[in-house]
Amino acid sequence: MYHDNDRAKLFSRRAMMLAAGKATLITGLAARMYYLQVMEADKYAMQAEDNRITTRLLAPPRGLILDRNGVAMAINQQNYRVMVVAEQTPSLDYTLDALGKIIAIGEGDRARIHKEARRRRSFVPVSVRENLTWEEVARVEINAPDLPGIIIDVGQSRYYPMESLGAHILGYVAAVSESDLTDDPLEELPGFRIGKGGVEKVYDMALRGRAGTSSLEVNSVGRVHRELERKEGEPGIDLNLTLDIRLQQYAAQRLGDESAAVVVMDILTGDVIVMASTPSFDPNSFNRGLSNEEWKDLTSNPRSPLTNKVIAGQFAPGSTFKLLTALAALESRDITPDMRVLCTGHLQLGSIKFHCWKKEGHGSQDLISGIKNSCDVYFYEVARRVGFEKIAEMARRFGLGTQTGVDLPSERPGLIPDRAWKRKALKQPWHPGETLINAIGQGYVTATPLQLAVMTARIANGGYAVVPHVARDQVIEKSVHPRPSPEWPSLEVSRQSLALVRKGMFAVSNEPGGTAYKARITQEGMWLSGKTGSAQVRRITMRERETGVKKNEQLPWKERDHALFVAYAPEENPRYSIAVVVEHGGGGSAVAAPIARDIMLEVQKRDLARVSTEADGAPEPPPDFRRF
Amino acid sequence: MLNLPRMPLRLNRTEMSLREKLLQLNWSLIALLTAIACIGFATLYSAAGGSLEPWALKQIVRFVVGMTIMVAVAMVDLRFWVRHAYMFYVVAAVLLLLVEVKGTVGMGAQRWIDLGFIQLQPSEIMKITLILALARYFHGATLQEIGRPLFLIPPLVMVMLPAAMVMKQPDLGTAMMLVMSAGAVFFMAGVRLWKFALVLVSALSAIPLAWEFLREYQKKRVLIFLNPEDDPLGAGYHITQSKIALGSGGLFGKGYMSGTQSRLNFLPEKQTDFIFTMYAEEWGMMGGLVLLVLYAMLIAFGYAIALRCRSQFGRLMAHGITTTFFLYFFINIAMVMGLVPVVGVPLPLISYGGTAMLSLLFGWGLVMSAYIHRDMPISRRGMHDD
Repeated sequence: MYHDNDRAKLFSRRAMMLAAGKATLITGLAARMYYLQVMEADKYAMQAEDNRITTRLLAPPRGLILDRNGVAMAINQQNYRVMVVAEQTPSLDYTLDALGKIIAIGEGDRARIHKEARRRRSFVPVSVRENLTWEEVARVEINAPDLPGIIIDVGQSRYYPMESLGAHILGYVAAVSESDLTDDPLEELPGFRIGKGGVEKVYDMALRGRAGTSSLEVNSVGRVHRELERKEGEPGIDLNLTLDIRLQQYAAQRLGDESAAVVVMDILTGDVIVMASTPSFDPNSFNRGLSNEEWKDLTSNPRSPLTNKVIAGQFAPGSTFKLLTALAALESRDITPDMRVLCTGHLQLGSIKFHCWKKEGHGSQDLISGIKNSCDVYFYEVARRVGFEKIAEMARRFGLGTQTGVDLPSERPGLIPDRAWKRKALKQPWHPGETLINAIGQGYVTATPLQLAVMTARIANGGYAVVPHVARDQVIEKSVHPRPSPEWPSLEVSRQSLALVRKGMFAVSNEPGGTAYKARITQEGMWLSGKTGSAQVRRITMRERETGVKKNEQLPWKERDHALFVAYAPEENPRYSIAVVVEHGGGGSAVAAPIARDIMLEVQKRDLARVSTEADGAPEPPPDFRRF
Repeated sequence: MLNLPRMPLRLNRTEMSLREKLLQLNWSLIALLTAIACIGFATLYSAAGGSLEPWALKQIVRFVVGMTIMVAVAMVDLRFWVRHAYMFYVVAAVLLLLVEVKGTVGMGAQRWIDLGFIQLQPSEIMKITLILALARYFHGATLQEIGRPLFLIPPLVMVMLPAAMVMKQPDLGTAMMLVMSAGAVFFMAGVRLWKFALVLVSALSAIPLAWEFLREYQKKRVLIFLNPEDDPLGAGYHITQSKIALGSGGLFGKGYMSGTQSRLNFLPEKQTDFIFTMYAEEWGMMGGLVLLVLYAMLIAFGYAIALRCRSQFGRLMAHGITTTFFLYFFINIAMVMGLVPVVGVPLPLISYGGTAMLSLLFGWGLVMSAYIHRDMPISRRGMHDD
């Protein structure tokens, strides 16, 4: 032990060194603790909250769409889905095989399920099939013990109980596409549908409602432990339309297989009571998902079932336009109502002969008989005197040439031509002959059926610029308010001129020899006054005129005239206006006028003022949306 | 030089009765160990969501067994350990070799031997027996002998052999710990500082070579340590989540049993290697400091005992085991706080795990034996020296 003292001294010295080193390191740990738990504590506390809580959106139920009496047109249906949770199955294939014996699962579905199951965590349910029938649900439930990992889940999907009825006004819902994205968080929900047409689109934001949130405590793999907080969203507002579903149904039936459009509106309030466009489509099929073939059928059909012809069909108004020519002439005092024109079947302007629809001519015509007989030569002469600029101006005042402003998407403006337009669009000067042609609603002039109904309404209501709408109430952002009583601006047209035109319309429908006399309403107090129109869609050659103009029935469908009719009723204190267009239907008086008569009769019989408060048998609308 | 008169004669005797030894037990040390272990029990209870199962109860049983072993070891004459130090070393080395041959794979590394009643981690045992063997080797060495480079070769082999085997398991953390705690023994024995510098420089220059030998996941761990934000959801997940849990605990913690991060499993291995994070999330920085102070006190006790030892073996062994203990908790706490790479080193006396608990308490038994026999002179061969 002779050396032990040296070793002990060395040991003590070095022990002190190492002890000091350890003390330093322990201090370092304490400093790090201070840094993490005091200096950076807030940052980590925030990250910890993020870690712990995830927020899930709760989709609010979409607002219902009801007709003016509260009959449901668009509702939410429970959508039974069968889902599979991969981690609860012995193997995905085992469970799918077992399920496949109970309900049909396509090969494509299987591939999709496998793909989704691989992508997601094993406790996340994967949808196997949607829209199960009750019977299928029952079968799955009964066999539940043999189907490990299978759960049935209820979601909501849009359903249109009226199917194709009113489809163009309702529109449809579909998945959100890239271009639809706004900053509404709802759009990120898987399976969320937004309005893609009709009022579903226009009032989409109000119908959607506000998303609720559910704050969930989750663990590191996303498994839910418990719900911390739940904020229910606001369901979308229920929307009442101005449509009357019974009248709508009647109108659609009356149009039958024709490719046609009919619109009835309240000339005082602008309520659109009927808006039917045939053929129609079933908006439910968009929700189900269309096959390629169905889609092709819909888009390639020459009668264009997807188009709402009332607002997007632009037709030559034909003789219905003569009402505006007459008004322009009367207002400019270029004619007097008593001025007479001799119709010999044609009018010579320079070297060109302009034919009347009646080859043998109408003889001497004044304003009333000109309208009553729809004499082309009379209006050629009137137009020649007035000039087309004044007629165009009057047409625009009555709502042609621009969108009416109805609360529906994809409305088209039609066209009221003038010199400036022709120079710009066609780079040609205006020919005097074009004044004559356009003044009788041929040539460049086009209008939508809704524009024609608005025009008729403005004539019937004494010259006020009524604007149509399909939503009964005013929707401001996400709430509804009763519409204020309308105060339409005056069109500054004299009462006398309007009265004369209405007198002409009365003669059309109610005087023997009028073009729509056969389609008159005989019920007392419901008489209708109207104007026929037959818009030519082909050019009649000189040669054909010599050999005799072909009758519509002899022509292929695509070359037949469009049949038009506009009218208002009742004659005393008018309330409703109507426009009917039957594409390639033939003559206005023979085809369109009877349809208009039947529908107008039905509308007047229904007495809307009464049903709107009694809702005959239909579900009561929520009380706060009632309008008194 | 012999039989210094300042020493109490009673302790200087060759033989002590069992009663005398029991009276010499360092009760403060026992209290300190128990306090730390109790923190562990409480934390494991919380980790199980307020249940003794599956961890806390087993850990308590192990601690009781460990304490018994510790006292038993403390009673054994220090000379017994001198005499049999090499034998224990060889047994541990054989066990380590056995893991290679028929070890059970756990946690991605071969570390355990299943003996039926206990799953043995030979690397944990080696941490203690290596200290014993080295202390034995340097016990009889004069400073002149230690100055000879050739004299240092056998102990170097004693270190490198188990270190290499552990490295091959692969368990980088334990290998590093073996090397570092052995280095402390070399240093305390009186090996010149420049020799350490030489080894350090050559080790640093060997890093590129060693890099090639690292497993892919080990390389990844080092890279992630250098920049954990790179991959917060992938491989850097552990350390990022650990820092979030710890940092969100703040100064006073979220309260016992209320650590949201640990409870919701954001924290990996919360009952073993990352238990400190959970503890510090619930008790905050204050709780962390309390534990750190307890550990520091334990180290201070170790040093006091080592310095009071009359035999070189007792000094080296007590200091070596104290250093091993220090490395345990330092590496573990530094790791969960993102100061060193993630290596599999448990928090001593707190992390759930049997072998570490038993071998650590075995080690403290040795330290206590050194305390009880602090004034006993020991010959070079482990005989009574007089």
